[in-house]
Amino acid sequence: MADVAVRLVQLTKRFGGDATGRRVAQYVEGANPSSGFLAVDHIDLEVNDGEFFSLLGPSGCGKTTTLRMIGGFEQPTEGRIELQGVDVTWLPPYRRNVNTVFQNYALFPHLTVYENVAFGLRRRKVADSEIRKRVLEMLELVELPGYERRKPSQISGGQAQRVALARALINRPAVLLLDEPLGALDLKLRKQMQVELKRIQKEVGITFIYVTHDQEEAMTMSDRIAVMNRGRYEQLGDPEALYERPETRFVAGFLGVSNLLPATAAESLNGHAAFRLSDGSTVRVPAGLIETGRNAVSLGVRPEKIRLIEVDKEVPAGMNRAAGTIVDASYLGVSTQYIVALRDGSRVTVYEQNVERATKAELWARGEEVVMAWSPDHCFVVEEENGATEPSVDESVAVA
Amino acid sequence: MFLRRHRWIVPYALLTPGLLWLAAFYVWPAVQMFVSSFWSGSVERGFTFSLENWTTYPDALDRYSTQFQRSVLYAGAATILTFMIAYPLAYAIAFRGGRLKNLLLFLVVAPFFTSFLLRTISWKIILGDDGLVFGPLKTLGFVDDSFRVLATPIAVISGITYNFLPFMVLPIYVSLEKGDQRLGEAAEDLYAGPWRPGGTIAGAIASGLLFALLGVAFGYSVPIMAAAGAVIGAVAGTLFLSEGFIRVTLPLSLPGVFAGSLLVFIPALGDYVNAALLGNPGTNMIGNVIQSRFLVNNDYPTASALSFILMVAILVAVAIYARLLGTESLTEGRRL
Repeated sequence: MADVAVRLVQLTKRFGGDATGRRVAQYVEGANPSSGFLAVDHIDLEVNDGEFFSLLGPSGCGKTTTLRMIGGFEQPTEGRIELQGVDVTWLPPYRRNVNTVFQNYALFPHLTVYENVAFGLRRRKVADSEIRKRVLEMLELVELPGYERRKPSQISGGQAQRVALARALINRPAVLLLDEPLGALDLKLRKQMQVELKRIQKEVGITFIYVTHDQEEAMTMSDRIAVMNRGRYEQLGDPEALYERPETRFVAGFLGVSNLLPATAAESLNGHAAFRLSDGSTVRVPAGLIETGRNAVSLGVRPEKIRLIEVDKEVPAGMNRAAGTIVDASYLGVSTQYIVALRDGSRVTVYEQNVERATKAELWARGEEVVMAWSPDHCFVVEEENGATEPSVDESVAVA
Repeated sequence: MFLRRHRWIVPYALLTPGLLWLAAFYVWPAVQMFVSSFWSGSVERGFTFSLENWTTYPDALDRYSTQFQRSVLYAGAATILTFMIAYPLAYAIAFRGGRLKNLLLFLVVAPFFTSFLLRTISWKIILGDDGLVFGPLKTLGFVDDSFRVLATPIAVISGITYNFLPFMVLPIYVSLEKGDQRLGEAAEDLYAGPWRPGGTIAGAIASGLLFALLGVAFGYSVPIMAAAGAVIGAVAGTLFLSEGFIRVTLPLSLPGVFAGSLLVFIPALGDYVNAALLGNPGTNMIGNVIQSRFLVNNDYPTASALSFILMVAILVAVAIYARLLGTESLTEGRRL
């Protein structure tokens, strides 16, 4: 087992009705800025050494507050923060072996790129020759050699991003905190920087704690992700586990697109648990997924896991099946997104790669009867809808 | 459509009212003043112009050099004092003001709703020998009966400091406020903690020098003043100066300090109201001399020459100051 870089014990932050509280309250749904609110709610978390760890969640979920507490910019109301086994809860930022890449970089506008990067070492009274060596090395690492004498106003957003990264990494912190560092970049640059960040993290071997609301970004880079909602994390795991086996409605809806169908437990048949869908059809899921006592649940399937089959064709053995009618088809280039209505009217989203049916004429047409088939292994089960508002994040569409 | 085709006209058109104003009420009077500084004669017999009257300049400089020096000293001391009061004030409003920010800013400007003269005369009442402050103190025996502040240099400098304080607070506030507050956090994140022992030393030196200077100016014991100043400065520096402030916040607010110090120093240099109302004949500044030469003695040539010398001196001083601090600090500094 790897060593623990950061351990959070029952970490809690309650904001009062002061200036900071009111500023943060804007982002928190249902928060009352004048009486205070719970931004982070008794979190227990361990981040391993050398890990790329992400805190993922919508704005107001407490991810930034958690990060700021680890950085020392915010004092917890309750709980403890340990850094490599040492309690740092009450240490000021300048006495923590942690550095931060801020959301809008926060480069010092009056200093050159060189002096920005050297700032931390200078405060630590490192010798000039050593500083010079390490700054040049760092600029090499972030691929900005030759930019030493520029001012922050003379470089682009992407370059500023790299300088901010170099400025933090040069101090060789135990943990690097990144607060939505790619938020201000355009899509193409963002994708490029994602790859770059992952490469740099591998190269320097420093623990990264990365805060983002972009699920794709978190999936691309992270070893593990904690999906946060309302001051707590709902699920913690590697990207694959979170995507394939979401445990809550929130996680299922926040990471990618999920079809969630109300279902009730039925008798299990040969090694599989069975559920009855609202339209009357019975589907099977792996036995491990069913919890005793949970009778009414929602059954989830990812849109790309479902195959559409002609009504008169045979469904492969062992597959779940449900009949429906195509109500909408959107051609997306890589794939086509279909909306299929079940017999009881509930809607299912299906992505089909444009391979076998590549031209528009060959696609399924509106009104066509189809059979949907998917493997029991691709099912997941989450709690039944309980009136909680679902996040409306639905941005990832068919990534090949 | 004419403007659309001739875009180059627009900036000039926008500049015209200001330029006309300056030409009519600044350039033309300045030229007249320059001409009258070469006059000789009197109001009764009339004035005649002659280039030979250039001697008015060295004569005036010679006669009133004390008042010139005093003006520079008083205005300089008042500028430093306003800076020392205004910076912490502006800092507190900008970073700790919270929802009171606008109210506090209003309070800074509030004295302007009363006339400049009335405010200064009020100080006369407050500081009077048997006035609001010293009357009760003397009755109670806390200070000696002969003790006085009114009609001393301290009263004049205090008056100037009070009257010009908002001109220092506002630009510094703006430069602090518009900056990215995250920069302070970034500095802390990069190990900028309390500035030790730098803060203690810098505070002691700066404050010690200032107090010693005040001692020299007003004839108090220099070593005692310096020592007292050093102690105060050392404590303040240790408590309040952090490396993040010295390396990031302060440099980025320099444009505000620059603007504020010019807005205080230049008008203070020519001020005569404070010296006239709060001082004595021994605290006359160059403004008082010009005023009396012009309006009391009708000595237009000398008054004009003095005004001109003052103007040139200010221009030179500002040029040097701007060069030292960097002119771009006025316009740049806090972008991004």
